[in-house]
Formats: sequence, C-alpha cells, structure tokens
Amino acid sequence: MKVGVVTFPGSLDDVDAQRAVRLGGNEAVALWHGDADLKGVDAVVLPGGFSYGDYLRCGAISRFAPVMDKVVEAAKGGMPVLGICNGFQILCESHLLPGALIRNDHRKFVCRDQLLRVENNRTPWTSAYAEGQEIRIVLKNGEGGFVADAETLARIEGEGQVVARYLEVNPNGSLNDIAGVTNERGNVVGLMPHPEHAVEELTGCGLDGLGFFSSLVERTFA
Amino acid sequence: MPKPEILDPQGKAVHGALPRLGFTGVSDVRQGKRFELEVAEVTDAVLAEVEKMAETLLSNPVIENFTVTVEDQQS
Repeated sequence: MKVGVVTFPGSLDDVDAQRAVRLGGNEAVALWHGDADLKGVDAVVLPGGFSYGDYLRCGAISRFAPVMDKVVEAAKGGMPVLGICNGFQILCESHLLPGALIRNDHRKFVCRDQLLRVENNRTPWTSAYAEGQEIRIVLKNGEGGFVADAETLARIEGEGQVVARYLEVNPNGSLNDIAGVTNERGNVVGLMPHPEHAVEELTGCGLDGLGFFSSLVERTFA
Repeated sequence: MPKPEILDPQGKAVHGALPRLGFTGVSDVRQGKRFELEVAEVTDAVLAEVEKMAETLLSNPVIENFTVTVEDQQS
C-alpha cells in the first residue's frame, strides 16, 4: 500500500515514520503540509514532533494546514489514518478523534520504554496484534494526558474505541490509562507512544512497534 | 480557561509556588489564555464572527470555555 507521511513545520519523526512504513512492507510517500494533495495514497500517517511550535495548543494550527482538509475528507470516507503523538493531538483538534491531550499531570516531559496493552486489534493499524497483546514501545511527550468528558469516556469505553492502554505506570495522567483511541468507524487511530521508534533491533526497545505498519499489508492480503 | 473538570497542571504549578514566596490563603489557581483582537468597529456581526473564531481556533471546546468581552481602545 502507498502510505503518505505528512511533514508539518516542526515535525520531528516524519523520516522515522517513513522508514517504519517501508519496514512494514508498504511504500512511503512524503506529503507536505502546504499541499492540498494526498498524491493518491491509500493511508496517511501524521507523525510526531512539535508542529507549528505547539503554538496556541498542540495540533491546533496544523489542523488548518491545506493537506489536513484532504486528510479529514479522506478519513471521513474511510481511509486509514494514524496519528502518532503530535499526530494524535492534530487528529483530536481536527475532531476526527474524541477527547483532547493536555499537559502531563506531573508537568515534566516523559521519555521511557512504555508497556502497553493492545485493547482493539480490529483497526487497520492494529490487526497484526492479538487482542490483549502486551507490547513495549517508546513514549516521549510533554502533553500526553488524554482527557474527555465523562459521557465521551463512557461511550468510547463502551464502544471499544480504546486502542491501547498504559500498563505498569500511567506516564502522563491519561484518564483510564488510555494511550490510544480510534473513531467510531475504526479507520482513524491516534496513539501517544511512538511505534515507529520500535521497528529495528539496532535502535529502540525492540520490534513491538512494527505491527502498526505491517497491519495494513496483512489486511490487504487477508 | 480550562473547563473546571479538566486538570490544569500549569495552574497547579503556580499554586505550588505561591506559598514558597510567602503568599498564603490561595486555595486554587487556574491558568488560561487571553487573546486581544483589534477590529475597526464592534457590531453584532463582528461579535458573532469573533465568537466563531473563539470556538473554532482560539479555544478547544473539548477542554476549554471562553468568554468574549469588548474593551474600548479609543481613549
């Protein structure tokens, strides 16, 4: 599959995400925030970083980038979209995902190898995992506290929209230990930890992140 | 302003710093943002537009409340 990776001004992990996309068996296509063009891709990754310097709110300005009009439109049409860290924040600001991400409750930037449980393997990004599978991938954020009002929280829990949950420690004060969520349709996934940093033995804390990028292929040929 | 039910870590940090400077008696601090928008004239249409700006860009209604107030800069 052709997977587009958007570069915003201030994106940090776009090249890592492109590499992870290739290691996952897909073709990586660089997309530019200023181009209202998805170049015919089958899926989109919004990578981590500090787009627009996190000014105003994380992801608040990126949401209005020309490429995001196309991403929102495609996502509403069912295209798989994965937002990692800052990408997750952008998806929440775009109202493609429920809730919001706020400053970590302990007010410090956190960087650790984080254990997660995959709660929902029915998305195009998580089908390579078993439901309930425990994986360890890198987490690094300053504003990763997932919040939503009580009604929204009850709904996403009830509908199985929680994709991944923190195990061992809650690193940022996220409600219900939520690390990642999906939309009602299940094609848009946002995740605070970084699977693209756990795809090769040489770097990172293992290969547990690769499933997010190989799931698309397995789904295509399933 | 962050909604009352939303944790405000920055406000907490400020709250924690006050007693260290000898200021006591503050039971809570919440920190928000203030935007100053200059417009040529204030009409109902302009105010409605500003409300819309506040709702779509300046605030995130999932976690924040906002109020629009008019101040005269002429004087």
